[in-house]
Amino acid sequence: MREVSATGPKGRVLIAKPGLDGHDRGAKVIARALRDAGYEVIYTGIRQTPEMIAEAALQEDVDAIGLSILSGAHMTLFPRIMDALHQRGLEDVVVWAGGIIPDEDIPRLRVLGLQAVFRPGSPTGETIAFLEQALGRRGVRAG
Amino acid sequence: MSSAIAEAVRGGDRRALARLMSLVEQGTAEGRAALRQLFPHTGRAHVVGVTGPPGSGKSTLVKALALAYRAQGKTVGIVAVDPTSPFSGGALLGDRIRMQELHADPGVFVRSMATRGSMGGLARSTIEVVHLLDAFGKEVVFVETVGVGQDEVDIARAADTTLVVGVPGLGDDVQALKAGVLEIADVFVINKADRENANQLAAELTMLLSLSEPRAWQVPIVQTVATEGRGIDQLVEAIARHRAYLEQSGHWRVRRADQARRQVVAIVEDRLKEQLERLLAQEGWVSRFDQVAERTQDPYAVAEAVVARLLARG
Ligand SMILES: Nc1nc2c(ncn2[C@@H]2O[C@H](COP(=O)(O)OP(=O)(O)OP(=O)(O)O)[C@@H](O)[C@H]2O)c(=O)[nH]1
Ligand SMILES: [Mg+2]
Repeated sequence: MREVSATGPKGRVLIAKPGLDGHDRGAKVIARALRDAGYEVIYTGIRQTPEMIAEAALQEDVDAIGLSILSGAHMTLFPRIMDALHQRGLEDVVVWAGGIIPDEDIPRLRVLGLQAVFRPGSPTGETIAFLEQALGRRGVRAG
Repeated sequence: MSSAIAEAVRGGDRRALARLMSLVEQGTAEGRAALRQLFPHTGRAHVVGVTGPPGSGKSTLVKALALAYRAQGKTVGIVAVDPTSPFSGGALLGDRIRMQELHADPGVFVRSMATRGSMGGLARSTIEVVHLLDAFGKEVVFVETVGVGQDEVDIARAADTTLVVGVPGLGDDVQALKAGVLEIADVFVINKADRENANQLAAELTMLLSLSEPRAWQVPIVQTVATEGRGIDQLVEAIARHRAYLEQSGHWRVRRADQARRQVVAIVEDRLKEQLERLLAQEGWVSRFDQVAERTQDPYAVAEAVVARLLARG
């Protein structure tokens, strides 16, 4: 009965899609890739508000959050997401983003706590490698 | 010994509740200690299981039911179980997609769980996570099983009221339902009643149910359109009637006693397995397995020796 749980998943990850655009192909691709890499992936669907994302992260006790951003509203959405996370005491959750973010915006987002950005079409292996490292540094709670 | 995290959960700390769920899921000693401390505060919630084939609308129904109970002022917990991939150990947990309307309400707490190798539609620690929501003060706790469609008997043993969800137009609907699933239904839900053939399915089900041996509780058949909230009031009413029936007939206590026995047995089995694995990891046993493989010893003799050692450890 415990074949799988003997080692447990590598961690719990929330894949969230803030903003108003309705395309979630990229988010679904990364969600599946992470499942196949051994993570438990909570996928919440499109059009997530910062509050929805933070609340899901809290209830699901995730180790990391991947934000799929295409809408170009990252400079307003991202600070609000980080705020909502901090309000709930979730400052130790690893946060990364996938999508189109202009280079000049990245330093400011990094200061706010964004740990990595992956362009659309970048190999999923890069995200997986990043996550493995980031959660290793953080000392992920096994299982 | 007092557990700080258990205190925090009793004090209404949602983050502590989420954290403790993980500790319990991982089977840690800290989680177990907290569970023990919280146990006296459990047993109050009405646990409602929701099972049925993949895509039948279980999550959408749970959301609609949660909204209805919230409108009555009752607090709600939800545990949604999805399968772990046997290949990677990972899982895709997508039930929250249908529950977005609930996120802003602090009276609702939703937790997704992966089966982590368990069969039967639940995860190994689903019952403990239900207990945590119960101790947290949730008055109604829904458990959505994996959508496997056939042998989700486990939910019937964990829930006070089990809803079996079917949908019209699957072609083989009634046949698919016969195998074991009908027997566990306390309430039968025909969801997606906006589709054709809902009445036909209802008629076939009524016929099937009438063939089973008569029971004191007549399983009601409720038609719903979960996406529009249609039929939800009738479903809430059927669930309330089932609870009243359980209490009046004494079955509430019978079910709870049966659940308690199963839980104790499951804990004992887990502990014995742990001890067995620890024992067999010690030197000496490997060579005895080799002897069995070479037929210089028989497996029964070695098993007897293992049992003797296990019991001697006390
Ligand atoms: N037409 C119609 N569609 C519905 C109804 N209820 C749910 N759906 C749709 O059916 C699909 C599946 O619904 P879910 O609630 O995710 O079903 P589920 O049983 O939880 O699915 P799994 O958890 O994957 O097994 C979604 O697209 C829903 O919008 C209904 O009453 N009528
Ligand atoms: Mg579902």
